[in-house]
Amino acid sequence: MSLATVRTRRLTLAVATATVLALGATACGGTTKNDTDKKSGSAVTGKADANAETKKGLKIAFLPKQVNNPYFTIADTAGKKAVEELGSTYQEVGTSSGTDTSGQVSYVNTLTQQQVNAIAVSAQDPGALCTALKQAMKNGVSVVTYDSDTKTDCRQVFVSQASAEDLGRTQVQQMAKQIGGKGEIAILSAAQTATNQNTWIDFMKEELKKPEYKDIKLVKVAYGDDDAQKSFQQTQGLLQEYPDLKGIISPTTVGIKAAAQYLSGSKYKGKVKLTGLGTPNDMRAYVKNGTVDAFELWDPNKLGELAARTAVALQSGQITGAEGQTFKAGGMGTYTIGKDGVVSLGKPTVFDAKNIDQYKF
Amino acid sequence: MTTTAEPVRSAPASRAAGARTLIDKMFKARELAVLAVLVVMLGTTQIYNGEFLSEQGIKDLLLNATILALVATGQAVVVITRNVDLSVGSVLGISAFAAGNYLNGGGSPLLAVLLAVALGALFGLLNGALVSLGKVPALVVTLGTLYIIRGIDSIWVGSRQITADALPEGFVGFGHDGIWAVPYLALLALVVLLAVGYYLRSYRSGRDLYALGSSPEAARLAGVPVRGRIMTAYVLCGALAGLAGALYLARFGNVDSATGNGYELTVVSAVVVGGVAFTGGSGSVYGAALGAVLLTSINSVLPAIGVSSVWVTAINGILLLLAIAVDRILALRVAAVLRKKAAQMRSARHD
Repeated sequence: MSLATVRTRRLTLAVATATVLALGATACGGTTKNDTDKKSGSAVTGKADANAETKKGLKIAFLPKQVNNPYFTIADTAGKKAVEELGSTYQEVGTSSGTDTSGQVSYVNTLTQQQVNAIAVSAQDPGALCTALKQAMKNGVSVVTYDSDTKTDCRQVFVSQASAEDLGRTQVQQMAKQIGGKGEIAILSAAQTATNQNTWIDFMKEELKKPEYKDIKLVKVAYGDDDAQKSFQQTQGLLQEYPDLKGIISPTTVGIKAAAQYLSGSKYKGKVKLTGLGTPNDMRAYVKNGTVDAFELWDPNKLGELAARTAVALQSGQITGAEGQTFKAGGMGTYTIGKDGVVSLGKPTVFDAKNIDQYKF
Repeated sequence: MTTTAEPVRSAPASRAAGARTLIDKMFKARELAVLAVLVVMLGTTQIYNGEFLSEQGIKDLLLNATILALVATGQAVVVITRNVDLSVGSVLGISAFAAGNYLNGGGSPLLAVLLAVALGALFGLLNGALVSLGKVPALVVTLGTLYIIRGIDSIWVGSRQITADALPEGFVGFGHDGIWAVPYLALLALVVLLAVGYYLRSYRSGRDLYALGSSPEAARLAGVPVRGRIMTAYVLCGALAGLAGALYLARFGNVDSATGNGYELTVVSAVVVGGVAFTGGSGSVYGAALGAVLLTSINSVLPAIGVSSVWVTAINGILLLLAIAVDRILALRVAAVLRKKAAQMRSARHD
């Protein structure tokens, strides 16, 4: 008897809740909720209204590859500023290790349970986060990747730090300039599975196929796992294995500063060229002591800001992640979503002895 | 009468001494085995790649091993007492940052190093106090302090980092300069190693550490001040981890809140590979240092002969298991020899 009453009550409650939800959804004018529901599992369908009003009071979460990593702190702080400027609330969570993939998965799950509106995540692994992120999207959470992407169907938009193609090709151009277009070069990467590194390296190899680089030979890609000691030893190994090595490209901030520190204290200083992606603060000492001529990077401030603005635009229904959609990113101007839902920040900045002191990050 | 008594007394004594030298030899052989593996490995690599043992190559090998060897020396002292200190990675990280922060504020390099050592010793004292007073397994206690110290580090450091341009040039130079192929850092580590080795071998309190590790109960009954000795071991281990932190700063010129993360496992591996038994009471700091050199050298050997670094962890694991197997076989052999000697002595007495 009492059991039946409880059951009936529950049923009534459920019906009532469903009705309220349905009404709520209709009241919203069929923008975000419906769109997100429709495109769960596939990131590039659904309708967008570029003129939809920017929503306020959203909960936006940043999930960097690693918390307390200086680079991500710069990006996320800029993201925080943008989120708050847009009238929403910001939070940052994440693992203290850059290779704790299962930790990152559980953070995605927690954020989904907390019913945040959007997650901006830098993926430690392209595939491992997929199930969790798809679950999040199914629950109406907008998913933006930044810095390091997942598979394309596991997120709506990838905010790329600069197009992978630009980054890959400009690093080769930079290296060719420094070694005079001739000689053996090697690459010092992070982990073998790092998505962004591998994409850049593929474009480097593409660029090297051009006839003007026929005298440059890429002899090896080494992996330092973004660990100072390992990157050190990999650099030593490269120089021992290839005594005629003319240059090293390291497309990772940890790798390049480890390689620079090693070179600056070895007999190879100034003789073996080093370029790649580094932050001005890390590299200042080595540019000034002549170990490094020039290196490049995008501005992590802008990356974080764009990731935040993209997340809000998605949740506001201004974009859904389909190719060709455009949205206004505040003071940064208008951005267009490219193929596979990628938004690109633009060309990287080159830092050398002349301009490095203008940058403080 | 006295003349007949004497040979009877001296005969078993000399036999016992014989057994002792045999055991001694076996344990020395244990360290020699690590050395042999190291020499063969480096030699083979040199044949394969002539650049490997060049001046720069030797310098690099020594520099790579220095920091691990220092921490392994401290860890070995703790392991000899049948304890373990898992917090060394965190202590290294926080000391390195403390030293860097001090230098960044314009402090003198010498004081910065002393500061790192003192901070390390302080954490060692905390570990030692918890282990010896709390009478809780060291594994759990130091796992706790590992997280606590890392937590303090993360809160204090946040996303700040010490970069090479914030350090005085002399200090960074100290990190890679040296006399011919021997870097200053390696010389410093060698001095520390010899001092700790001498202390363990020739001082009463040093021998007490072995006694503690062999049989804590027997050591207590024999009047060894257990708490004090365990404290000593932990303070020494912490101080060396702190020193290693300062050297890390000099060598890598870059420290953030993740520095030294996960280092404890590498350190424990080095100690075990070097023949310091986890059951306590045996092994030497020289063995641990050799283990450290062996492990870091593998990391240099593989890239030099062009093998992917993915193999490193697997090879380290195999070495670890081999080391434990060798220890076990040696222990069984020594036990058999001792039994035989005892049986001989018994039958001699019956004669």
